[in-house]
Amino acid sequence: MASGFTAYRAVLRSRVRAQQGYRVSFATDLFATVLTGLAELLEVYVIFHNTPRLGGLDFDAALLVFALANLTFAAADLLVGHCDRLPTYVREGRIDVFYLRPLSILGQLMTSEVSLRRLGRISVAVVVLGIALVRGEVAPTPTTVGMLALSIVCGTALMAGLFVAVAGLQFWLVDGREFANAFTYGGAYAAQQSSLVFPDPVRIFFTFVVPAAFTAYLPTLVILGEPGGDFADPALAWWLPAATAWVWGVALLTWRHGVRHYQGAGG
Amino acid sequence: MRAYLRTYWLLARAGFRRQATYRMALAAGIFTNSVFGVVRASILVGAVTGAGAAVAGYDALAVSSYAWWGQVLLGSVSMWGWSEVADRVRTGDIAADFLRPVPPYLTYLAVDLGRAALALLARGAPMLLIGALYSGITFATGAVEWVLGLTAVALAVAVGFLGNYLVNCAAFWLVEIRGLLMAYSVVATLLAGLYVPVHWFPEWLRIVAAATPFPSLIQTPIDILSGYAAGPAAVRAVAVQVGWVLALGVAGALATAAGRRRLEVQGG
Repeated sequence: MASGFTAYRAVLRSRVRAQQGYRVSFATDLFATVLTGLAELLEVYVIFHNTPRLGGLDFDAALLVFALANLTFAAADLLVGHCDRLPTYVREGRIDVFYLRPLSILGQLMTSEVSLRRLGRISVAVVVLGIALVRGEVAPTPTTVGMLALSIVCGTALMAGLFVAVAGLQFWLVDGREFANAFTYGGAYAAQQSSLVFPDPVRIFFTFVVPAAFTAYLPTLVILGEPGGDFADPALAWWLPAATAWVWGVALLTWRHGVRHYQGAGG
Repeated sequence: MRAYLRTYWLLARAGFRRQATYRMALAAGIFTNSVFGVVRASILVGAVTGAGAAVAGYDALAVSSYAWWGQVLLGSVSMWGWSEVADRVRTGDIAADFLRPVPPYLTYLAVDLGRAALALLARGAPMLLIGALYSGITFATGAVEWVLGLTAVALAVAVGFLGNYLVNCAAFWLVEIRGLLMAYSVVATLLAGLYVPVHWFPEWLRIVAAATPFPSLIQTPIDILSGYAAGPAAVRAVAVQVGWVLALGVAGALATAAGRRRLEVQGG
């Protein structure tokens, strides 16, 4: 166990160092992810330029949803976002190497990369989070602080679970890697919105099946004291750890079956 | 001349068939695009509901049509991370492209047009059906508008390719352009009106968008195909697209020539 930990740490350190080697590339990558965050923020601004409310939330509340959704997604993306490259590894037979090493395959995949450039998007989210909390005049009570911490920690874990869950499916899909995007990027996109913009079936899907609403929208209701609506009760927000456990349960299941399904590339 | 055209026709057909081979990828694309279509339509309809009235001429039906037409087009009009030329510059394979009797620039354009045609039929058409069933879709009414609309789609594909190609040409100088490509897609998709119609932008952002080729990618074909713009307005919009194809086409040719000289300096 201890030796496994050392191995992962050595790999991660090498990945971090590798990115520091190409400074200009890293700087442009970082710039691009900052730009991604700003562009998405601009979209929210453009929407609210045309309407005072979207899905029952005003601009300040929407900013908080945006910040939490972006922060949790970008942090998950930094940690495990490269899992969606699994189909390439499978097709090229590179995954075989993972099977040969005396470490867990999931552990190796997760530590095979750490995309520091995603810090750009995280930094945009953190700044927006600060602005949203100030503009929303959020008082630091045990409820708001607790919900905020829960949202950031469990929300990130939940999003990371989505990446792993669809990575497990990739062992079957290979060419169908775009399916994964529907749950990861699609989930993240849905997470950025007020759940009330969705018709009931879609809201139920993004709350109880792919529980994206738990990462940002439901915590926002608690933090700002908003009423929510059908299938979007603020009290649901405290079930975030359960939603995270559900996603990781599915993730470990698909991953285990996926790993066993793989027959090798004949190398 | 005829042999030349035949070559490009065959390349376009190869591009078409290459995409048709991956059925699983097509199914996955349709599924994912549907999910995004539902989310995007919900947001835009939510905005119209929140405003309590039509926004810039879009009521709920018009704006959900806008979202679904966008899903129809986004498989064909390439705005994301196409890096074939840049990759070949990095590996040096581009040198082999320059040795062939057909210029690489037009080769890639032909293959991309073929790819786009398949994407429109196999990915776009199902989106139209799903969008129509989900929330209803508005269409252009006149025959002239349909001709203009389909022309606008072809021109949008060309503008999309040429823009991507120009960014790829930066690889002749920079070699690694992942960040640049990413920044390009972010700006292109935003200013194209993929997420929010350009007509909804605040004044200053509309002026910025109008100064770029990006509204030609999504906003223009949707305006015409959905019946939002008709008659002289539609003709004007297509003329703007033609202008961008010419301008970017010349820029691409110049960049290829300059890049080729640069490549030879490196000794490849």
